[in-house]
Amino acid sequence: MSEIADKVKKIVVEHLGVDEDKVTDTASFIDDLGADSLDTVELVMAFEEEFGIEIPDDAAEKIQTVKDAIDFISANS
Amino acid sequence: MRRVVVTGLGMVSPLSDSVDGTWKRLIEGHSGAGPVTLFDTEGFPCKIGCEVKLGDGSGDTFNADEWMLPKEQRRVDNFILFGVAAAIQAVRDSGWEEPGEEECLRTGVMIGAGIGGLRWISDTSIVLHERGVRKVSPHFIAGSIINLASGNVSIKYGFKGPNHAAVTACSTGAHSIGDAARIIALDDADVMVAGGAEASICGIGYAGFCQAKALSTHYNDDPTAASRPWDKGHDGFVMGEGAGVVVLEELEHAKKRGAKIYAEVVGYGMSGDGYHVTAPAPDGNGGYRAMEAALKRAGMTAGDLDYINAHGTSTPVGDPIEFGAVKRLLGEHASKIAMSSTKSSIGHLLGAAGAVEAIFCIKSITDNVVPPTLNLHERAEGCDGIDLVALEAQERQVKAALSNSFGFGGTNASLVMREYNGD
Repeated sequence: MSEIADKVKKIVVEHLGVDEDKVTDTASFIDDLGADSLDTVELVMAFEEEFGIEIPDDAAEKIQTVKDAIDFISANS
Repeated sequence: MRRVVVTGLGMVSPLSDSVDGTWKRLIEGHSGAGPVTLFDTEGFPCKIGCEVKLGDGSGDTFNADEWMLPKEQRRVDNFILFGVAAAIQAVRDSGWEEPGEEECLRTGVMIGAGIGGLRWISDTSIVLHERGVRKVSPHFIAGSIINLASGNVSIKYGFKGPNHAAVTACSTGAHSIGDAARIIALDDADVMVAGGAEASICGIGYAGFCQAKALSTHYNDDPTAASRPWDKGHDGFVMGEGAGVVVLEELEHAKKRGAKIYAEVVGYGMSGDGYHVTAPAPDGNGGYRAMEAALKRAGMTAGDLDYINAHGTSTPVGDPIEFGAVKRLLGEHASKIAMSSTKSSIGHLLGAAGAVEAIFCIKSITDNVVPPTLNLHERAEGCDGIDLVALEAQERQVKAALSNSFGFGGTNASLVMREYNGD
């Protein structure tokens, strides 16, 4: 697993308080990991902080699964 | 009107993370005061406070993880954390953790705060200023506004009755319990989880109160001696933090389910000073009228009271004014009663004070012990003629107790609690 994927999953585990094994690539933050709309904003902020990037609102809206996040960050960092 | 009794108690205080722990240490004469650790007090005239002692839950320390998941803790200011912790204790104590769906509709929450999430508001303002809007937490508003203590408790248990929060400075806790009791008395709910929470020990909290000349400044080297209501050396209040929450219940409802009944809330009186933003009216008429109204509602006279838990903040202005009002209220009974200020031990919990102190009144009724006024060695001028329970707790028969709370803006509330004798 790539370094980015590792870091993304760690952030998701910490922020959503979910078990590591539930954080699969296809897991949806809202449908599978119990996040609400405020949690997703917080997650995007954590990704920005960790990877030193800016995720614009329209891009953030499209980040709905763990893989979405990994792909966006891989392409933009 | 329907009768209202207390069936559950919960508390987070500078002395302990529980009602029993706090009460035990209070009666033993411990102080919760110490040097402030929550922020750097360099340059502040007041460097002391009564902080909740964080730890692993042993030795009366407060372990946040016992009450909220870590991810939930990050989303709320500490006043909400303390309020939720005290509410969980009270609900458990009352045996009301899993009522049915219909009963949830008749169960409400009313936990207020005097200031609310001041520390988080302050910190967020710095984040906004230094790092911009995109670094502000999406949980900031919902984690710092006052009614979210009630909101979080309601969400946790599914309590869907009246959901409310009083905001009346240092009278908040008393107003919450009094108003919640009325909600039950008027048949708008059968059960109310009510009280106050506060966690305003932070830089701007201290800066504001220091500039208002309200905090003690002469005891930075001897923190436990600083809160000394009615003593000649009193020089301002010592700030505390924590929460007090009770479960209030309609009498027949409590009897029907066999709930343990601690006491009955029989009197509640309110008044306004109409005088000044921070100073009480010099003749004490605001406090007097609140006490008078509470006794009238209770159908009692001053002679029926055995104990008064005073507002007693340890300020040279406030202490003698309240003392005078109480003395006038008691008249010939002044020599028979005990009055103390537990702020001498736990400091002033602002919006939580009235709730925590109402619980102390209830404990004095169930245990027949009245807590002491610490550091009272030499009475200030105009404070003679009432037993102020100086330095040590007293065993006394307490059938009825009154609790006073007075707040900035000239807002006053008095509660009268009476022994429940099964009738």
